[in-house]
Amino acid sequence: MTKVTMTVNGKSVSGEVKGNTLLTDFLRTDLRLTGTHVGCDTSQCGACVVHVNGEAVKACTMFAAEADGTEVTTIEGMANADGSLNVIQQAFQEYHGLQCGFCTPGMVMSAAALLKENPKPSEAEVRDYLEGNICRCTGYHNIVRAILAASGQDVPAVAAE
Amino acid sequence: MPKDHGIGASPKRREDVRFLTGAGNYTDDINVHGQAYVHFLRSDVAHGKINKIDTSTAEGMPGVVRIFTGADFEGVGGLPCGWQVTDKNGEVMKEPAHPVLAQGKVRHVGDPIAAVVADSLEEARTAAEAIELDIEELPAVVDMGKALEAGATKVHDDLSDNLCYDWQFGTDTETTDAAFAKAAHVTTLELVNNRLVANPMEPRVAVGDYSRAGDDYTLYTTSQNPHVIRLLMGAFVLGIPEHKLRVVAPDVGGGFGTKIFHYAEEAFCTFAAKACNRPVKWTSTRSEAFMSDAHGRDHVTKIELALDKDNNFLAVRTDTKANMGAYLSTFSSSVPTWLHGTLMAGNYKTPAVQVNVKAVFTNTVPVDAYRGAGRPEATFQLERVIDKAARELGVDPIALRRQNFITQFPYATPVAVEYDTGDYEATMAKMEELMDIPGFAARRAESEKNGKLRGLGVNCFIEACGIAPSNLVGQLGARAGLYDAATVRVNATGSISVMVGAHSHGQGHETVFPQVVAEMLGIDESMIDIVHGDTSKIPFGMGTYGSRSLAVCGSAMVRATEKIINKAKKIAGHLLEASDSDIELKDGQFTVAGTDKSVAWGDVTLAAYVPHNYPLEDIEPGLEETAFYDPANFTYPAGAYACEVELDPETGKVTIEKFVSADDFGNVVNPMIVEGQVHGGIAQGIGQALLENCAYDENGQLLSASYMDYAMPRADDLPHMANYVVDHSCQTPCTHNPLGVKGCGEAGAIGSPPTVVNAVIDALHSGGHTHVSHIDMPVTPSRVWAAMNSQ
Repeated sequence: MTKVTMTVNGKSVSGEVKGNTLLTDFLRTDLRLTGTHVGCDTSQCGACVVHVNGEAVKACTMFAAEADGTEVTTIEGMANADGSLNVIQQAFQEYHGLQCGFCTPGMVMSAAALLKENPKPSEAEVRDYLEGNICRCTGYHNIVRAILAASGQDVPAVAAE
Repeated sequence: MPKDHGIGASPKRREDVRFLTGAGNYTDDINVHGQAYVHFLRSDVAHGKINKIDTSTAEGMPGVVRIFTGADFEGVGGLPCGWQVTDKNGEVMKEPAHPVLAQGKVRHVGDPIAAVVADSLEEARTAAEAIELDIEELPAVVDMGKALEAGATKVHDDLSDNLCYDWQFGTDTETTDAAFAKAAHVTTLELVNNRLVANPMEPRVAVGDYSRAGDDYTLYTTSQNPHVIRLLMGAFVLGIPEHKLRVVAPDVGGGFGTKIFHYAEEAFCTFAAKACNRPVKWTSTRSEAFMSDAHGRDHVTKIELALDKDNNFLAVRTDTKANMGAYLSTFSSSVPTWLHGTLMAGNYKTPAVQVNVKAVFTNTVPVDAYRGAGRPEATFQLERVIDKAARELGVDPIALRRQNFITQFPYATPVAVEYDTGDYEATMAKMEELMDIPGFAARRAESEKNGKLRGLGVNCFIEACGIAPSNLVGQLGARAGLYDAATVRVNATGSISVMVGAHSHGQGHETVFPQVVAEMLGIDESMIDIVHGDTSKIPFGMGTYGSRSLAVCGSAMVRATEKIINKAKKIAGHLLEASDSDIELKDGQFTVAGTDKSVAWGDVTLAAYVPHNYPLEDIEPGLEETAFYDPANFTYPAGAYACEVELDPETGKVTIEKFVSADDFGNVVNPMIVEGQVHGGIAQGIGQALLENCAYDENGQLLSASYMDYAMPRADDLPHMANYVVDHSCQTPCTHNPLGVKGCGEAGAIGSPPTVVNAVIDALHSGGHTHVSHIDMPVTPSRVWAAMNSQ
């Protein structure tokens, strides 16, 4: 067992982990941050995307020990300081960018990473960036619209086209 | 100005806040104090005789609580099938045993052989590797044609062969043959409806818990229908009466059919919780999901269409082989029969329709309902053969369909169902308008300038939803009623909890259902909450599938709310010293008609619970009503779909350039949610048409058991916003349910596969590849390339 210490959603946390404990398991089991989801076992689905030192990472591809000393942000840390939904979360609600909600944490985390590196992406760029995030409910249409809207671009309201 | 509340409005979903902040409560998020973990040791061969399972070494491994094998389940019931199909000779289907853990034989890759319960999942997995198995591999039957050959290896030794049933339905043979005999033209098409895996993003999870204190059980499970699981598992597998078994399906991360069924892992965790006296948790990996979730589709069909000299449809005859897999999953037998054969008339007034289906056992994962369930298979073959006929006859495929539309309603088809309403001309015209069909030639010319072929595909579809009238389905072999139930509990201060039997796993019931009740009572939606997914909290329910939630459970909720209104009017009449027949309810106020005397909703609800001034001699205190609603008929959503594809003749790659759906869902309660459902359905339909394929090799090895091999649609596989419209403005309300709704959940997945394939064939013909009359799904670049170069 190895002791790890990291900052998760602004709070310093530590725990004892095995060498093979994945960051997903540490977040979900040790920290009870169950918003990070596990949808596959081949690092394809993207439901577990978190930010490590500001970069989008599939938490199932990283050992908890590797995250020692890092700053981790999960979906639980994305809302505004007053608890209200941030601009991306709001856009997902506004544009109906989620149905069952299972892929949603990863989608929001990927969207945030995209908009950080490309604040005004084209539709094609959004679709290309989401290559590593699978959604089975929405057909992606409203996710793409939500991300474009969150970037400040003009997108027609839902059910009003 | 669109409405901002009530029926027809699109309020933002109240579910979203918890899902967007990581506060959802999915089954894997539930941990019961002291829980152990189970790992299933699954068969890695498709067919084999179990000679020996030696668990002695594994039992001594660290952390192991107990190891179970099939022997532990002798005397325990098997997993039941919920629908008994009777074949064309009047014999009931073959119904092999389906044990919780394999007994004697394994019959598909993934069949569970042993279950290791341990303190940790890692210990369970490690111990499973120490189980010594002696399994004698037997030849596997995978191909349905070979499975039906005389002398084929039998999946079940106690059955005479691999034929589950040989079913025939619709017009009799003599009449059908006569129609074909007088036809001016007959078009024949042989096709495959590819095997799919539903793949909700949340893998299945089960947590079993047992309390010695009360001798009762709780199962937390990823289910679309917790009451159905309670019924099937309690009554048929484990022998637990309902009052001792609570089934909870909390937030569920998508279902698409595959979470309807009762699975071995649910029964195991419940059983083991008592046997180990510890809660037992199982979380499926995605790899496990591919070999243990029921698969979908997998039909092989020959369809023939007879037309007269004026191109009127005379007859349709189909001959289908439907794969059941190794065992009968919960609703497997109903899918190729009553959910498929009854839709073979489509939107057309074809006088003779005969459907023939052989259901076949193979050494593959069981096959059951997946989004659309039987109706996509019906639509695909019918709309493909019509397209082929149009091409053979040199007529416009839209005109050929139009000419044969059913135009008078109600319409009784030759395949038993009666369509109550519809307007196929309206959805076709809407599709043509939105698609800009006249502009296609210019778009094709533009594509050709870039070295691409462009094709236009159109088709119609109809489905039967809102399943179903209980007395009818009972006659057809269903072993359950298919009503639904709702309880409206009005609290003293006027807020409301509505307990519904439908389950929401993405559909947004928590938002939509209050819209209906709020509209009926004239109060704010925020005063109403929906409770679902827990058998201890809701009266009863048959769950969510077959686009039934609003049409059936919503109707129960309307009926219960009507009872509330009737009683509330009596209370209001008492308070206002007027006859209840003179009381009107509007905007949350009860008013004596023609006067300004009124009391508010909250005054009446408070009186019901503080009955100081109350007609106690006439009515009981309190304000809570339950209704069960059994539909009088199915509902029949229908529509017209179109798409344009671009095909790269250099690579065979197909891209969707434009897509339009024009659906008739009857009345629409929340347009935003309806459009989201259609987007999702179309993505799954396009996935089936272009990408997804569940593949086995000839030995029964599953070749597509991860997202590395099974091609799920990604964001860049789907049409861009500017070229994608889902329309539901054509509305012919259902005539037999109180909301006039038809259901929208499956339409996209049913309507879209033939659209794509029709467009691909059109593109190939435009490029001179006129020898290609069909390509089986998924239409991959290699298949397109092979078809183009097959001459």
